[in-house]
Amino acid sequence: MSAGTGHNPASTSTPSRGLLRFLTCGSVDDGKSTLIGRLLHDAGLVPDDQLAQVLRDSRGRTDEEGGIDFSLLVDGLEAEREQGITIDVAHRFFATDRRSFIVADAPGHEQYTRNMATAASTAALAVLLVDARKGLLTQTRRHAVVCSLMGIRHVVLAINKMDLAGCEEAVFTAIAQDFADFAAPLGFATVTAIPLSARRGDNVVHRSAAMDWYRGPALLEHLETAAVEDGDALAGPLRFLVEWVNRPNADFRGLSGTLLSGRLAPGDAVTVWPSGRRARVARVVTFDGDRPLARAGDAVTVTLEEAVDAARGDLLAGAEDDAGASPEVADQFAAHLLWMAEEPLIPGRSYLMRVGARWMPATVTALRHAVNVETLEHTAAATLVMNAVGLCNLSTAAPIAFDAYAANRHTGSFILVDRFSNRTVGAGMILHPLRRAANLHRQELAVSAAERAAAKGQRPAVLWFTGLSGAGKSTVANRLERQLHALGHHTMMLDGDNVRLGLNRDLGFTDADRVENIRRVGEVAKLMAEAGLIVLCAFIAPFRAEREALRALFPEGQFLEVFVDTPLEECVRRDPKGLYAKAQAGSLRNFTGVDSPYERPETPDLRLDTTTEDADALAARVVEDLRARGVLGI
Amino acid sequence: MPNLPDDLRLLEAESIAILREVAAAFARPVLLYSIGKDSGVLLHLARKAFHPGRVPFPLLHVDTGWKFRDMIAFRNETARRLELDLIVHMNREGVARGIDPIRSGSAVHTRVMKTEALRQALDQHGFDAAIGGARRDEEKSRAKERVFSVRTASHSWDPRDQRPEPWRLWNTRIRPGESVRVFPLSNWTEMDVWRYVAAEGLPVVPLYFAAERPVVHRAGTLIMVDDDRLPLNPGETPEMRRVRFRTLGCYPLSGAIESSAETVEDIIAEMRASRTSERQGRLIDGDEPASMERKKREGYF
Repeated sequence: MSAGTGHNPASTSTPSRGLLRFLTCGSVDDGKSTLIGRLLHDAGLVPDDQLAQVLRDSRGRTDEEGGIDFSLLVDGLEAEREQGITIDVAHRFFATDRRSFIVADAPGHEQYTRNMATAASTAALAVLLVDARKGLLTQTRRHAVVCSLMGIRHVVLAINKMDLAGCEEAVFTAIAQDFADFAAPLGFATVTAIPLSARRGDNVVHRSAAMDWYRGPALLEHLETAAVEDGDALAGPLRFLVEWVNRPNADFRGLSGTLLSGRLAPGDAVTVWPSGRRARVARVVTFDGDRPLARAGDAVTVTLEEAVDAARGDLLAGAEDDAGASPEVADQFAAHLLWMAEEPLIPGRSYLMRVGARWMPATVTALRHAVNVETLEHTAAATLVMNAVGLCNLSTAAPIAFDAYAANRHTGSFILVDRFSNRTVGAGMILHPLRRAANLHRQELAVSAAERAAAKGQRPAVLWFTGLSGAGKSTVANRLERQLHALGHHTMMLDGDNVRLGLNRDLGFTDADRVENIRRVGEVAKLMAEAGLIVLCAFIAPFRAEREALRALFPEGQFLEVFVDTPLEECVRRDPKGLYAKAQAGSLRNFTGVDSPYERPETPDLRLDTTTEDADALAARVVEDLRARGVLGI
Repeated sequence: MPNLPDDLRLLEAESIAILREVAAAFARPVLLYSIGKDSGVLLHLARKAFHPGRVPFPLLHVDTGWKFRDMIAFRNETARRLELDLIVHMNREGVARGIDPIRSGSAVHTRVMKTEALRQALDQHGFDAAIGGARRDEEKSRAKERVFSVRTASHSWDPRDQRPEPWRLWNTRIRPGESVRVFPLSNWTEMDVWRYVAAEGLPVVPLYFAAERPVVHRAGTLIMVDDDRLPLNPGETPEMRRVRFRTLGCYPLSGAIESSAETVEDIIAEMRASRTSERQGRLIDGDEPASMERKKREGYF
């Protein structure tokens, strides 16, 4: 084992073998899986037993007897083999003497654009396939745009099935020119067109005799020698992401993380972001001994001379004052957002954002426009559906440190996650900070919420009554407020209808407006809780994600979800405002429970069944519960 | 690290970042230690990730009772040498039912003594993240597995409903009862593992190296007679052959290959010249078509 304490000299020579991550994309049926299969086969990288298996499986799938369907080497999941398409991103690995390769094979269909973007996010180069007989298709263009959006700077235009186009140079030249014209605004650093036939193996690993007019490299040769951006990360400004605070004992406090770009050495002055505190690097610690220098890509542990506070998710950058040395720090910024979930984006909804190694609530405050990923045109949009891309303004709960995605893919990217389902719903590429919020600072309050509540002999609480329209939320909440008032407590009632007549009269009943309605009421309830009140809110709040977001606004235990559980049929029967009748007649749209969903609470703090007890009895039960929680008695 | 070629240096750093992520994001992680070369690399990476601190999670070995004796000896020696917090779990119920790889067949044995045993151990200890050494190059359904792969409370996996994993922004959020399987070696190949073992001088189970061993020919492969529990078919007599193993598991299910590779360098040279894949010697994958995907849906690693 090479464990030791001695100093190892930094490697100054060029390492023997590099790593290239690339993806293959292009329209369905243009032959991506076949190309990778052929590449592995001709490079002698398919083991005999796998080849034998594929030969058996190929029976009846190829034109000629005894032929090999090379796509079978890569299409993995059962559903894909049945449908004959690539659904998910498959990773393939191969190595030649010159380079190791990680290949992401991305699906072609429009409904899998998100998978393709995922594959592109870590790739340095894209092999974009085109069928020589068909030329550029909608999907070809979309994939080129997605590659550009995801920060890929090198493209190989693999013009496939040349054998079926007579191996004509004119066909190749025309398609290559078409692509050059289309891709001009996409900002690729290099575009290399190669004519090939994956099925026959022409210009994949071996140069083709059938296309002697082509003088460039075969695909593999190009992949082995293409210059990609490894050097940029080394030359870039210092960015070290803290992934783990290493405290094995009281004498050692290290920041373990990955050097995303630049270099780091003992004695370097650094700044910890987003706090902006300065410190000096003491040691660069590794299992193999201290290092005199760490470079981009290294996983190391840094100790600082000064005992400055630094946590997981913080970013170390250089301390110089020149432009680019420091990351941006802001809580509002503009970004391209690719939507990845079935459920559309709801501007105003609180999502969880992961940026670097930090998680925090974030909201799309404005959807400025959608980007047509086939034509690059901007269109007005109220939402983003799955696979759509938009330019958004986002706001985070606290300032974050970041770079523009174009400058650094690691520090300029983020994902959005649904608060309730935990699904990854969006992938974002940051463009620039928005300065608007820079001077807004939270006023430190001289009297605390707890002090105000203590003066009232209670603890602040927010009881959120959720349930269908007509479930009895307002009725129970009203009785409860009466009972609390009689006990001498200070309360306030917020009711859906009342709020909509004033504060929220600009809002309708679309999903987005419902989310904004609840968000505003949550903020009002929060101010009232800070005033020390017991706040009763009676709102349908149909979405779990909003109720989760509400809970997150308050200190632990202050927000209580009260589920007024009345079956839909019973609500329809009662129909106190005649709304169900209107909704069923079609004269009232987006009505919860009829043509708009209600997501039942799975673990409410309290559940009230209005079919077994009356409103006073239920209110009395809530009073008991509040007493047990210590809200009423101090 | 300074001596590693660039491709291994980057793979190592990526894996270390993943291991730190698990430790930071989950309440009760565990490293599944299966004694083989991949587990050995994983363990080494975990020691590097948290140095000078200790590895902040225990190791779990799911013992089927049919591992090679050399594997158990290596496991115990490694745990002692590195002062590891090692949990060994065996499905006692399966043992009581008399499940074994020979009479019960490989499919039943694997389900009861590996898949079910693993689920038992994870539930019993309340582990919310299980780190495994599986690689995407091993098998086609693994090629599409995520690095952080969510399992339901009943440990099942839905390959059609996987979270997209852009960049390295792992989505580690799960709901109560759910857990994740984490694969830090996702992007390594068998060759990378051996090159890393060589570069770092890692110890591995001696069964990977060629030696004279008693074997019988079965189903086109060589099975080692590791103890007297292997019933011999009529006319079958063990013969001494110079063999080694590319993967290690339960000895009656692990096929040996004839080889003269006695060092890691020999193994690498042999692989460069070799024309068969790593899992070829594994009898359990061939049980039925697409069998690995089905096993994984049920909770097999």
